[in-house]
Amino acid sequence: MNKIFEFCAWHSGKLTVGALALAIVFPFVFTSSYVLRIAITVLMYIVLSLSLNLLVGFLGQMSMGHAAFWGIGAYTAAILSTRLNLSSLGTFLAAMVVAGLFGLLLGLPVLKLKGYYLTVVTLGFCEIVRLVELNWMDLTRGSLGIAAIPPLNFFGQIFKSSRSVYFVALVLVVLAVYVVHSIINSRVGLAVMSIRDDDVAAASIGIPVFRYKVMVFIVAGMLAGLAGAFYAHYISFIDPSGFTTSASLDLVILAIFGGQGSIPGAILGTTLLTVLPETMRSLMEYRQMIYGVIIVVMMLVKPDGLLGRVNFKYIRQRLQMKAEKEAKA
Amino acid sequence: MSEVLKVSGVTQRFGGLVALDNISIHIGQGEIVGIIGPNGAGKTTLFNVITGIYHPTEGQVFLEDTEITTYKTHEIAKAGFARTFQNIRLFGKLSVMDNVIAGMHTRRKTNLFDAIFQTGRRRREGREAQEKAEKLLKLMDLWEDRHSLASSLPYGHQRRLEIARALAAEPKLLLLDEPAAGMNEQETEELREMVLQLKQMGLTIFLIEHDMKFVMNICERIYVLNHGVLIAQGTPAQVSQNQAVIEAYLGEED
Ligand SMILES: Nc1ncnc2c1ncn2[C@@H]1O[C@H](COP(=O)(O)OP(=O)(O)OP(=O)(O)O)[C@@H](O)[C@H]1O
Ligand SMILES: [Mg+2]
Repeated sequence: MNKIFEFCAWHSGKLTVGALALAIVFPFVFTSSYVLRIAITVLMYIVLSLSLNLLVGFLGQMSMGHAAFWGIGAYTAAILSTRLNLSSLGTFLAAMVVAGLFGLLLGLPVLKLKGYYLTVVTLGFCEIVRLVELNWMDLTRGSLGIAAIPPLNFFGQIFKSSRSVYFVALVLVVLAVYVVHSIINSRVGLAVMSIRDDDVAAASIGIPVFRYKVMVFIVAGMLAGLAGAFYAHYISFIDPSGFTTSASLDLVILAIFGGQGSIPGAILGTTLLTVLPETMRSLMEYRQMIYGVIIVVMMLVKPDGLLGRVNFKYIRQRLQMKAEKEAKA
Repeated sequence: MSEVLKVSGVTQRFGGLVALDNISIHIGQGEIVGIIGPNGAGKTTLFNVITGIYHPTEGQVFLEDTEITTYKTHEIAKAGFARTFQNIRLFGKLSVMDNVIAGMHTRRKTNLFDAIFQTGRRRREGREAQEKAEKLLKLMDLWEDRHSLASSLPYGHQRRLEIARALAAEPKLLLLDEPAAGMNEQETEELREMVLQLKQMGLTIFLIEHDMKFVMNICERIYVLNHGVLIAQGTPAQVSQNQAVIEAYLGEED
């Protein structure tokens, strides 16, 4: 296993390019709309689990309300495109802004609350957002949902075929990976991970813990809102039943199964957990139960998730150090 | 001599317990000052008050001429105090190198924008951070460990890493809470040499330590705390002959 990780770490650049190339070729090899539908779902969930990973894996703050941001993004896009006929670029940006604002709102209790207490607040947040979606009839049409949401359209082009939608989703994944990767490998990311590992020590070296926590809530909210906007245009019908605490819980499982605080982990875990139940259609009904069992086993055997303890950057640095030493000797 | 730290008339109560009782101390630029006292005397509490983890019930704390009594911990760090912890607090899932670079937080400037748009400033700052970390890690003899996880280090190295991380903030005053605790004799000796080296570099140091030999050897002045009260102060020689100090130690320990 270690050898595999070392190989991946050493060739991470090539592997990333390879994976991207595969993802680009994929819809030309697999053209069935059924397979593409699954692939699109996987890509959207990757964006969601990456964004939640910012909170859970990098900041160390469990959130049980992440589906709320997804829903806020979806409703923003649905309302703006059905009523104002906004193009998708507009709805995507608006969804990010609105979801980001709600991220700020949810982040503010950080000032007073920590850890589990804040987790409970995120749970309540999700429920409140759902109730608003359900009861603000004028805006959301309540349980009737919003139908006939226009398909994705950018610069006058309509993206309706499965393949073109797939590529939009792939662009979002690349964007999310890029943003998360850039953040965690910067001064900001180091501060965030310091807070995760020890917030008292983080404050003692001058990190404004509160400000950084709120910042992560905003960025995570924005990315999830983006996934929501995509979802609304793709699925063309949304109602509040998609964005419940139970959906949030599914996202948590996606985020921690692959590996907390690991980008490849989030991608791998989300892909596995989304594709596996699909390949066993008869098991679909038991999806929740299977997720439940998986998570229990995971917590017992590998509490950090599949790749949670595998830091490819550090593995690569260690290999480099060894190589340098051997070169000298 | 200009004063880096001044604590004046600080009292810290926890419910009925008076952990610090009207404490006044001062530390001048370039000094190494120790604080000793039996378990539960209030030494760590004093550090916590100085670094803003507690805000004292009464009294004031100054950094040079600025009153910082009500500052938050991260503001005090930015203003120039850096510390280590009695019960080591490292960033366990980060590498040794990243722990030190995290320590430079207040000395670096790149923000979310630089991070996402990979600005030139970010690259420059990253390189500078690496170079500075290399110096600090070599100074604390941790260079070989640089890519290991902080949590995987042996105990003595963890203590030194905490010092390296605090130094990375380029503090005006370095506060060390029992830096030699849990170290064997050889490690303690190595640590002593490192601390002396820091002094030569012009650093001002305030340290808590139970290892008497260590304190007496290294400090120019010593404060003695017992049950929250300052019972003595002076040079190592003066303090070790002070009757109240001898009684406090005989009464509590050994
Ligand atoms: N947050 C707190 N709440 C209540 N009591 C506290 C708190 N922090 C410290 N104390 C009490 O204050 C007293 C002084 O504790 P402190 O940790 O400062 O002692 P110390 O001199 O550092 O001892 P040691 O040598 O064991 O580290 C102790 O009685 C301790 O129980
Ligand atoms: Mg103590």
